[in-house]
Amino acid sequence: MVQAAMAKKRRPPWRRGEAVMGFIYILPATIILGVFHFWPMFYAVYISLHRWRVVRQGFVGLENYEWVLTSPKFWNSLKVTVYYVVGTVPIQLALSLLLAYILFQKVRGREVFRTIYFLPYVTSTIASGAVFAWMFNPNTGPINQFLASIGLTPQRWLLEPRGIFTLMGEAWGIPWLQGGPSLALVTIMIFVIWFWVGYDATIFLAGLGAIPYELYEAAQIDGANRWQQFRHITLPLLSPTIFFLSLVAMIGAFKAFNHIFIMTEAAAGTVGGPLNTTTTVTVFFFQNFYDTPTYGKAAAIAFVLFIIILIFSLLQNWVASKRVFYME
Amino acid sequence: MRMTAIPARRARVTWSWYVRASTVQLIMYAVLIIGALIAMFPFIWMIITSFKSYGEVASGRFFPRELRWWNYIEAWNAAPFARYFMNSIFIAITTIVGDLVTGVLAAYAFARMEFPGRDTIFFLFLATLMVPGELTVLPNFLTIRWLGWYNTYQAQIIPFAASVFHIFLLRQFFMNIPRDYWDAALLDGCTHFRYLISVVVPLSRAAIVTVALLSFIGSWNAFLWPLIVTSSEKMRPIQVGLRSFVTEQATQTQLMMAAATMVIVPIIIFYLFTQKQFTQGIATTGLKG
Repeated sequence: MVQAAMAKKRRPPWRRGEAVMGFIYILPATIILGVFHFWPMFYAVYISLHRWRVVRQGFVGLENYEWVLTSPKFWNSLKVTVYYVVGTVPIQLALSLLLAYILFQKVRGREVFRTIYFLPYVTSTIASGAVFAWMFNPNTGPINQFLASIGLTPQRWLLEPRGIFTLMGEAWGIPWLQGGPSLALVTIMIFVIWFWVGYDATIFLAGLGAIPYELYEAAQIDGANRWQQFRHITLPLLSPTIFFLSLVAMIGAFKAFNHIFIMTEAAAGTVGGPLNTTTTVTVFFFQNFYDTPTYGKAAAIAFVLFIIILIFSLLQNWVASKRVFYME
Repeated sequence: MRMTAIPARRARVTWSWYVRASTVQLIMYAVLIIGALIAMFPFIWMIITSFKSYGEVASGRFFPRELRWWNYIEAWNAAPFARYFMNSIFIAITTIVGDLVTGVLAAYAFARMEFPGRDTIFFLFLATLMVPGELTVLPNFLTIRWLGWYNTYQAQIIPFAASVFHIFLLRQFFMNIPRDYWDAALLDGCTHFRYLISVVVPLSRAAIVTVALLSFIGSWNAFLWPLIVTSSEKMRPIQVGLRSFVTEQATQTQLMMAAATMVIVPIIIFYLFTQKQFTQGIATTGLKG
């Protein structure tokens, strides 16, 4: 509010010396952002309209886009990405909200817990992703040892291309239960949730702290129980934070790459394996950029991904405009 | 009659309240402790495994019979880790310095100076936040190649030596510094640069540290970009180096764990020392977003 008031304050007319200085001050940032953030937007479109292996070959119009949209590999990668987004974002937010809510009560050792939950986020996904790949190693990893020790069937985890529902159906003898994300992808999801929960919880904690305590007092006087207070005070007032985190988590999930790369490569030796069941759109992009340098196609994939993220963000914004409650 | 009824009733309520409250407490602490164990387990397992022998890993033994410190020396010598670390440190420090210099200058200009087109330019800056990294990776790679920067340090530094998000954060912070300070400084004949260095920067230490931390984490954990723009071990940072180590030593789990420990533990220690600033920074970026 202070900022808004200051922005409204009448501005004195600019003086010439200050105008020149202003441009000099923003010059270094402008050059770097211009070359590496602004220009590439247009350049990417230009590349996507050409047949472009390591060097530019010729203008092909929308041919690359046609290739992307008719490629079964692309649609498979989109399916994998959607599984990944749907399987990580809600669970991650629910778990972190639960932890943050408990931490926000008067618990002993709050700082210690919060510090521990945050640990995964500060580590690099390459190092911790590799650790996870070895933890889920079917032969020597501790996860399978643990499962075996409590009498459950050890799994092949990152090497398992079959869908999670197929595996459940087989285990429980339910024939119609089939498909779903591969167990390999689920293993990656477990990593992602582990990685992000502490970060989300930290932001939820800040959001919880911003809710005025008087509201809870008033509700208690009116006889509201814990759940009613949570449902009618905490959730609505936390909705901007929930919206922000779900947007960040969703965009992050669409762009996920590093941990998928290292986990699949460390486990099976192929990025996006087994049987392409962990090949998200970003991995598909990487295959067409780094593995086989078909830059025109890769740029088209990146652009389609950008459009998809944009549509989802707008959709989420639209939902938020109906459901998010702002205090001011 | 009333006198006796009330204490009796209160005692009953207190007792059931007490039981319920302690059950809730018990469940709460159980959830928190299980969460903490899950968060820490991979690190604990990594460190334990880094001390095992090859045979102990293969047989699936949980604890090693003796602490094999030798694994660390072997891992350290199996790949040019010293070089990787030096590269990462050098790239991180130069990136932070560049990011802060460009960021503070631009944020100050956007917050306090008057020049034509200021708000339009700032809006254009913000518009680039919409563009995902995936879209810019390929064109930037071609730009780097065209500049002749392929397989160099500057290819890993310059593109990250300015960040719209950091400029935005710093600008928000600078705008909260009372304008009266500037008016007073102006009366004393102070220039913008003097004012920036001796008033704005010291007052914004918290924001600057936050930006430096964000910049450091981004640089230290960078993977895809350095992988793409480098070809030789000499130029590669630690994350890319760790990845090649992982693929080359696929069977020597204990060595990989030693290497992963060497990469992860310094950053955890760094985090524990700066964690107050860290979480504050994260929380504010979250709320401002």
